[in-house]
Amino acid sequence: MKRLQRRKLTSSVALALSGAATLVGLICLGAVLWTLLKNGLQGVSVALFTEMTPPPGSSGGVLNALYGSAVMTLLGILMGAPVGVLAGTYLAEYGRNEKLSVVIRFVNDVLLSAPSIIIGLFIYQVMVVRMGHFSAIAGAVALGVIAIPVTVRTTEDMLRLVPQGMKDASTALGVHSWRTITSVIYPAARSGILTGLLLAVARISGETAPLLFTALNNQFWSTDLNAPMANLPVVIFQFALSPYKEWQQLAWSGALIITFAILVLSIVARILVPSTQGPRGGR
Amino acid sequence: MQPPGLAVSYQVAAAGAGAADAVAPAKFDIRELDFYYGEHQALRNINMTLADRTITAFIGPSGCGKSTLLRVLNRMYALYPGNRATGQVLLDGQNILEPGVDVASLRLQVGMLFQKPTPFPMSVFDNVAFGLRLAKRMPRTELEGRVEHALREAAVWEEVKDKLEEDGRSLSGGQQQRLCIARTIAVEPEVVLLDEPTASLDPISTLRIEETLQGISSRYCIVIVTHNLQQAARISSTTAFMYLGELVEVGPTEVIFTGPRDRRTNDYVTGRFG
Repeated sequence: MKRLQRRKLTSSVALALSGAATLVGLICLGAVLWTLLKNGLQGVSVALFTEMTPPPGSSGGVLNALYGSAVMTLLGILMGAPVGVLAGTYLAEYGRNEKLSVVIRFVNDVLLSAPSIIIGLFIYQVMVVRMGHFSAIAGAVALGVIAIPVTVRTTEDMLRLVPQGMKDASTALGVHSWRTITSVIYPAARSGILTGLLLAVARISGETAPLLFTALNNQFWSTDLNAPMANLPVVIFQFALSPYKEWQQLAWSGALIITFAILVLSIVARILVPSTQGPRGGR
Repeated sequence: MQPPGLAVSYQVAAAGAGAADAVAPAKFDIRELDFYYGEHQALRNINMTLADRTITAFIGPSGCGKSTLLRVLNRMYALYPGNRATGQVLLDGQNILEPGVDVASLRLQVGMLFQKPTPFPMSVFDNVAFGLRLAKRMPRTELEGRVEHALREAAVWEEVKDKLEEDGRSLSGGQQQRLCIARTIAVEPEVVLLDEPTASLDPISTLRIEETLQGISSRYCIVIVTHNLQQAARISSTTAFMYLGELVEVGPTEVIFTGPRDRRTNDYVTGRFG
């Protein structure tokens, strides 16, 4: 009996500790969101979405930054997604038993957790320095590089979930690997891969450091990919550190917009996930 | 005038196989086949023929090599590194183990069905049309006709004719497996390999599959691996018993089940071990 009581005690202590840890995490998250909502909502107006970033001391919006973020995120994912999906396909299908895959997987994991500022410096060195100026395209490339390891990882994981039997069945029909992958395996893993891409979009849309060294910022409306371009994260960074009230308010509101956008993406990704768990119809 | 001589020797080799009335010609001629998973030898000196237009059943305890043998017949084993087959496997006189063999067209000729139903993530129609579309270009009406024909042959047409556009994975397990049979025979293979095709199905679905197989057995060389002895007895005309990577005995099903020559076969079919 004594032993049983001790085990019960240990169990409740462990439960209490993990519960407390969860609570601390949730409180931090809640506090961040609460502050963001409290300060950000005040600045939400039509002007926020229709006017350019203002000079110090006057009012304005973040339209140019919204546009820049959307363009660079889109270009970034367009560049990163094909590379990431194909590399993930190699790891999960073609290179499954190769030693090279182990190396690629390791390097990819390193890249996945590499500080994004390093990616920014890398693109700064290979693109900005050579071109002689900051540009939106350099920013998009930096975001693309950040999207690659995320996509590689999720794609490989999702492709591995596809039952081997389905792949064998296709092979047994005399179908070549590439056709099996495009016609059978991708459709079977489609929602999982899409979820991974959405998460990659969410990840890169909030990146600041890589853009600081590549796209920089732009006070004005610009659609020139070969010139510096405004973007939300860097605008938030600069405006939040400024001494001007209006800028600080715009920074809060901009942060709220990004957070909300990422929330929406995550929810969409969540909705897509269950259908990857198995075939419909419960069998 | 050399080729006929070969054909005659096949018929002699296949004597005793097939139903009592006629001797079916041999489709596969397996000679001195050894198979290795890396260092482990899984098949030892297999010599046998597999008759055309007949159902041949492979029985034997788990790990005896019957599934391995099946995977040699369409070279599925080649998907994994370290797997190695030596000897000869002649399909219509051509050795399929030779390096130059085009495995894709071999697999079009030698279809395979697995233990678990494996419908593809597409509609019922597209599942059956999948192999056809890849094999050759054809007008829509011909494609539809071939799909219907395959589904009828697989005895699942009546159940799915109103669900052709639904996802293949939404069918029941037994229907899925018959859908897979339809997909396999749609490309008109000459051989159909079945690896425990009913092991994951309920008795009624199993019965439907067996009826389906018997229905098509007059047109194909069918090779089935099964753990279900009654199933082997019910549907096959030739039965082969394997044990520890060796082919112990092969003969007409009624002989194997009622008066086998080898004591091990007798022990297995009477349930004394296995």
